[in-house]
Order: sequence, then structure tokens, then C-alpha cells
Amino acid sequence: MKYNRRDFIKTGGMVMLGSLTAPSFLGGLAQAADDKAAGISFAMNHFRVSDSDLRKTLAAALEKGGDYADLFFEHSYQNNIGLQDGAVNRAASSIDFGMGVRVLAGDQTGYAYVENITPEEMLKAARTAARIADSSLGKAPVNLTEKTVTNNYYRVQIPWDAISIQEKMPYLQVINDRIFESDSRVMKVNASLGDTTSHIFFCNSEGVTYYDYRPMVTLGAVCIMQENGRIENSYAARAYRMGAEFLTDDLIETIAKEAVEKTAILFQAIKPKGGEMPVVMGAGGSGILLHEAIGHAFEADFNRKNISIFSDQLNKKVCNEHINVVDDGTIPFNRGSVNIDDDGVEGQKTYIVRNGILASYLHDRVSAKHYGIPSTGNGRRESFRMMPIPRMRATYMEAGNVTEEEIISNVKNGIYAANFTNGQVQIGAGDFTFFVKNGYLIENGKLTQPIKDVNIIGNGPKALADILMVGNNYEMDNGTWTCGKNGQSCPVTCGMPSALVSKLTVGGES
Amino acid sequence: MDFALKNGCQHSRINLYSGTNSSFEIRDMKIDRLTQAAESSMTIQLFADGRYGAFSTNRLDKEELEKFIGNGIESTRYLAEDKARTLPDPSLYYKGGKADLQLYDPGFDAVRPDDKVALAMKVCDEIMGKDRRIISSTSSYSDEAGSRYMIASNGFEGQTISSSYSLAGSASLKDEHSEARPESYWYDSSLFYNTLIKEGIGTRALERAIRKLGQKKTASGKYRMVVDNMNSSRLLSPLISAIYGSAIQQKNSFLLDKLEQKIAGDKLSLTDEPHLPQSPGARYFDNEGVATRRLPVFENGVLKTYYIDTYNANKLETAPTISSPSILTMQMGDKDVDGLVALVEKGILVTGFNGGNSNSSTGDFSYGVEGFLIENGILTQAISEMNITGNMLSLWSHLAEVGKDTRRGSSWKIPSLLFDEVDFSGL
Repeated sequence: MKYNRRDFIKTGGMVMLGSLTAPSFLGGLAQAADDKAAGISFAMNHFRVSDSDLRKTLAAALEKGGDYADLFFEHSYQNNIGLQDGAVNRAASSIDFGMGVRVLAGDQTGYAYVENITPEEMLKAARTAARIADSSLGKAPVNLTEKTVTNNYYRVQIPWDAISIQEKMPYLQVINDRIFESDSRVMKVNASLGDTTSHIFFCNSEGVTYYDYRPMVTLGAVCIMQENGRIENSYAARAYRMGAEFLTDDLIETIAKEAVEKTAILFQAIKPKGGEMPVVMGAGGSGILLHEAIGHAFEADFNRKNISIFSDQLNKKVCNEHINVVDDGTIPFNRGSVNIDDDGVEGQKTYIVRNGILASYLHDRVSAKHYGIPSTGNGRRESFRMMPIPRMRATYMEAGNVTEEEIISNVKNGIYAANFTNGQVQIGAGDFTFFVKNGYLIENGKLTQPIKDVNIIGNGPKALADILMVGNNYEMDNGTWTCGKNGQSCPVTCGMPSALVSKLTVGGES
Repeated sequence: MDFALKNGCQHSRINLYSGTNSSFEIRDMKIDRLTQAAESSMTIQLFADGRYGAFSTNRLDKEELEKFIGNGIESTRYLAEDKARTLPDPSLYYKGGKADLQLYDPGFDAVRPDDKVALAMKVCDEIMGKDRRIISSTSSYSDEAGSRYMIASNGFEGQTISSSYSLAGSASLKDEHSEARPESYWYDSSLFYNTLIKEGIGTRALERAIRKLGQKKTASGKYRMVVDNMNSSRLLSPLISAIYGSAIQQKNSFLLDKLEQKIAGDKLSLTDEPHLPQSPGARYFDNEGVATRRLPVFENGVLKTYYIDTYNANKLETAPTISSPSILTMQMGDKDVDGLVALVEKGILVTGFNGGNSNSSTGDFSYGVEGFLIENGILTQAISEMNITGNMLSLWSHLAEVGKDTRRGSSWKIPSLLFDEVDFSGL
């Protein structure tokens, strides 16, 4: 399946609003600098605000003596279509539009937002947020200048609002058909395609302004099978910051195949005997270990408040010197990438563990100021309704130098964790968990019996120190990872080469 | 709705929401964050030529709405026909006329921001400086009030208005014997400002954090398990998810074909009580406008109902019940959590879950837990970094006792519970 944009009939493009179409500068041959100039102008026109409105609002935000203020404008529109019982028979769309005003006074934050963007409403919000400070020494904001963003990690070829629902529908239908064709045990398939486009416009009292166009797509299929009266389900999904060029025949085949394989294996799987044992983390989704065991505990807000178990560990050795762990906002089209974060700081690649040393926390503007260092560009927010806080982007471990076979052959009795659904961590205690949807027993250095549905629990610093071997087979997992923190959801990814953790507690029967 | 009906829809349902919220977070007796806002949104569900789409927006300008709905209708028409997508039978709608459920505090707008901050400060003050091991004392006050209006083209119109307040405290400690920084919290929530508990929240949070000091894992094995009333709902949740019509219709439920069968111990009796005044979750109609009624869910371990909405009723060719639970009340015993612990010779009191999941098709579960070792009816050791693993049907068949200590402020009124024969994985 391919679409030809020239043949495209622009009907049924699901959400349109006023002047809203993808800005013309997004495609074609335009250079980044031109894009940005066009972006600011587009954004101010789009949100119907003038330079004077912005400066007045920033001045009001600082009139009680705040140190810093920013304005975050967002217009997001999301389209979903779903297939159930063999037909694409449901559609949903939503529009979210508004702006938030944030005022910082030291470590303190005042925040207010409005959905109706008028100069009066913005001023009202600014004065609400301003109350976090309590002096009468207002500051005059500097003139607004454009932030030069040198990279675009998610340049779109085909904007989502340029294709119609009828062009999307066949992809779900093919996923459904492939899954049913490939295994007679399949009873039900539920598939969905969701695309989101966000126009983000930002300016702050330091004079920085930027515009960012953020695409996102998720495609997934749940497969339900029955064998001898027993029912099992699993799923496959992919998510990227991409336009409609994301949809390819190969991708559809991959998702269908993966959904069937991940479900079929469950019929052979057992629950293992529980307890402490070595765990080999398979390449890819095992990055959930990093996300939960250390990633959250490295987020600088927890360390600034001294409540993370890693609060005293900066620049100390935390694991084997061959281990490097990165949190990266610069991977092209990655679900966790950010051209510029929601604090106005450019996306970056940050080593959080370098040669076994805890090299950096993950900072937003507030924590960076607290520590007196530059932000790492991790200030992210769910929407204009929320203030930015330190969040991960794409968190992964760099490849080591042994093969996966060598790692497995070193384990006498343990488990191999292949696929995951969710995880959690307690920042202070350091205890983290991840749920293994399926994997294998390892017996005498070989993968044997498939296993399923077990939770694994460990302690962050101990688990990190217990990583004994790292494979040469690094993979990024481009699934629909969504991280929750302080009531805010944030798209992220994780990746990992295969690795051996000498001891974790595996859930199971006694 | 008129626009939708005039432009190609045979039916439509609209939900409007308008609300305000505020929150104040305190850390170490300083305001850390304040947030305040008002918002509104609209969702329109379109039924056009046997096809269905749902569209929501917070852009409520008439011209933009018309364009938005027009595009929605056009999109919906491309979808495959789905004859099961209908509005409910109008005879099932709530017709009005019942007494006010009293879910809104008329004094909501009169609570002054300074009073809100003062309440949160008081909670923080109950923690800060009260123990040498404290490294962080935080508290928060939040409130919201909102109004929802729903109208459907085949004759339903209804409105609800509600408010809520919550006050929370959290304490983090540095364990002097390890790197661990145990944290715990306590909170109260209420629909009414006057009945919100304002004293002792911080003190309780601190007590709960202190008792976590020295956590360690204990031996793997089968234990009796007491789950406190902050956490017992977590174990009920997979059972409730498994009786939704959508799960049954998709055959993705371990309670498929289990209606009127005994699936749990005799002590599991659960009733949906939608009309309790001044209770979170109370309502006269569900999200389709269908009138709610008292509904037995489990009686002495026998499954009595599925939650079937109009769509899944049509698909399953059965009668709808109600789309989702309102207020779940469990028939209670005569002991609080201490009373249940006292019954246990060798067991574990679970006071927190840490991750984990339950397989919706099979009921197989595995969750991380923390809590306390129970020996001869007494809590002897704080434990953490352990898992419980099993199957929901087996777990609930081993329900031994139901407590009497439900927490207010929650729509699921589930007390502390005692289960036999639970697999714990630790050392």
C-alpha cells in the first residue's frame, strides 16, 4: 500500500480548525533556520498573539518579583481509528488548545493555564501564577528573540492532516487479516492507529522564543487466541515521532507476525518457581530495567529534594566500569525525542552513567539552577495544563562486547526476560519492578521452558551493581512506552543490549 | 446536536464539562507549587448511517464547532457499518425526579486561597522537624468542582454537579543503617470542605514512614496475607475488569461464562449501591444516561452480573445492565486490620503494591509488595522487595475474612482482607 499525495482527496481529514493545516515550511527543501523563522511567525498567527501581548503577559507574570516566567502555547489534535470484530468501525478525534503561564521564584513554581487565548485571559493567568512570589519588585522582561534550533529530529514527510481516514483504514484491515491467516487459534483481533500533531509555541522572560511541530503515531494490535479451552492474549505495537510515511507494508507485516508469536508462545508457558535468581535481560524492551531501576532515581527533582536513593551518588562508581547508560532526546523519529524541551532547552544526549560512574542527573530548569549547572533538556510536560518537570526521553545502555549466547551460557539456573508490559519504582527505597509478559527458564546455560506473567522486583543500586555481563546486541524498543509521574504522562522509549543481572527476585510459585 | 442531526446523523449524544481546580503543594514549610485553572470541553458522539465516531474539543466557538462536527460526520461515514452502535433504549433512561445526591459543596467558591495554603502548611508542620531522620516533608491541598451535562437525541437530558477536596502529607526519612530513604503518605478526601479531615494527616504520614525503616525481604513461601484498606481494591480490580461487557464480548476475560457460578470464597459479597447520598461515585445514570440501580455483583462468592453497556449488549444479543460500577460496597466482617492481623500465626500484612500486572484472559497475576511480617498475630519486621504470584480465581477462593474498616472518600468501599495460601517470593 502506498498513497500518492497528488491523488489525495482531502476529505475526511478528521480534524480541522480555522487556519490549521500543516505549515508549508515543514516539508520540502527549506533549511532549519528558515523553518524556525517561518515557525515563529506561523505560531503567533496561529495562536493569534502579538509580540506586545507576549511581553505584557510576561511582565504581569513577574510583577510580584518572580525570577523567571514562561508562556507555553499548545494546539494538539489527535485522531484514532479502531478495528474490532474484523472491521474498522470506530473513530475518535480530539482537539486540545490552550496556554500555560509559569513563574519561578527560587525553587518555587506558580502555574496557571487558560483554554481561551485572549490578551485578557493570559494576563489573568499570569497574575495568578505570579502569586508564587511575594515581593513587589517586578522585573522588566528582555526583548523576545528567536531561539535557533539547529536540529529537527522529527521532520515529517507526510503530515497526518494530509491523509484521510479512508487511507488509514486498510492498514488495520491488513493487520487483522494477516493475524487471522497465520494461526487458526486466533479468536479476536483489536487493532488501532492513533496520530497526534502538536503545535508548540514557547517564549520566556529570558527572551527565548521557539516553535516546535511535534508529530506522534502509535499503531498496535491485540491478539486473542484459544487452544483447548484456554485463552491467552498479547500485543505488538510501534510508536514514533513521524508523519504518515510511518505506515508501510513491512511494518504491518511485522506487527501482525509479532502479535501472533507473542500470543502463541503463552500456551507453552508456565509460571516459574519464585525467589532470588540470575536474570538475563533480552535486548530491547529490557531497557525498562534502566527506566525503573535508575532512570527515575536520577531525575534531578528527586535528588534536589534529597529523596532519591541516588542523592549522594553523583560522580561515584555505581556499577561495572564497562557500563554506559544514556538518556537521549536526539534520536531521529524516536518517541522520546525533543527538538527543544518544554523549558526552552535544546534536546541533548546525556550520559547518566559513564564508565560505571554516575555522571549526571536529568535536569529541568529548576533543578539545573539549584545545582548551578546547565539543564540537560529533560524539562517536559504532558500538556499546557501542567508545569514541566524532569522526565526521561530515550533511555538505553550502550552495547558491550559479548554475545547473548555467552551470557546465557554463564547461567546455571535462572530466567531470561523477553517481553514486558509495565514497571514501577519507589524512588526513596530504590525498589523497582517490571512485569515480564513472557520469557524462558535458563537451565544449565540453555533456554528451555517458556514462562509468563511474572513480576520481577529488585533494588536499584544493588541491581545496577549486579550487572555482570553486557551483550553486543543493543536494540531500541520502539513500542508505545508511556511514563507516568506526578500525574503527568509522557512518551518515552528504552533500549538495552542483552545483560546478565546476577540476582533479582522473580515472582512465582513456592 | 441540531447541527449534527441536520447534517447527516440519525442520532447523537453530547457531553459538556465545565470545571475549576486549584492545588497548593508545600515542601519544608514553603509553597513549592501553586496551580489554578478553569476548563471546559465538549464530546459529541455521532451515529451516522449505522456508523459511529466520538469527537471531543475544548474549542467551543460556534463556527469552529460546526466545522469540527462536519468533519467528524464526514470521517464517520467512511467507517465500516456497525449495527451494534446505537443509543440506549429510551425506556432505560433515568427520567429524573429523585432527591439530590448532594455531591456539590455550595461553599466551594467561598474557601479562600489563604485558608487552603494554611491547611497544607499545617499538615507539613505536623511532619517537619518531628524526627531527626526526616529529609523531606511535603503536603498538598487540592480541590476541584465541575458540572457535567449530557443530552441524547432519543430523549435523554441530565446534569450532575460535584466538588471534591483533598489534603495529603508525605514524609521521607533517611534510614541510618542503609542508603534507603523510605517514604510514606496519608491523605483524606471529601466532597465537602467542612467534613475534610484537617488534623493528623501529617502525623499519620510520618508514622507510616517511620514504621518502614529497616525494610528487608523475607523467605519465599506460602503465607496468610492481610491486605490493608488502602490496597485491597487493587486485588478486586482485575475481577471488576473481567466482568465488563467489552471484555466478555472480546472473550478476553477469565470470568467468561461464569455468571451465576461460584468463583470466590463465601465471604465475597459485593453490591453496587449507586444512590448513597454524599458519596463519591453516587449517580442516578451512567455515561449513556441509563438509570442506575442497586445491583448485586457477587453473593457469597457467586458472580451475579456483568457490566454490559448498550454496544456490547447489542453485540452479545443480551440485555444491557449498566456500563460500569458506581459505588461498590463489600459486606463487612467485625474486625479492623489489627483484628485480622491478630488472627494470623504466620503471614504478611501488605501495606503497599509496587508494580505488577494481571493477565486479563487467565487471571494469572504477579505483583510487587511491601508490608510487615506477621508472627503469632504481631507485626515483627518491615518487609519489601517481594512479589506475590498466583491466579485471581484461586486467590479469591482463599478469601478467609473480610474486615470492617473501609476508607471514606473512595467509591470502592473495600475493607482490609485476609487471604490464605498466598505465594510470596523473596529470599
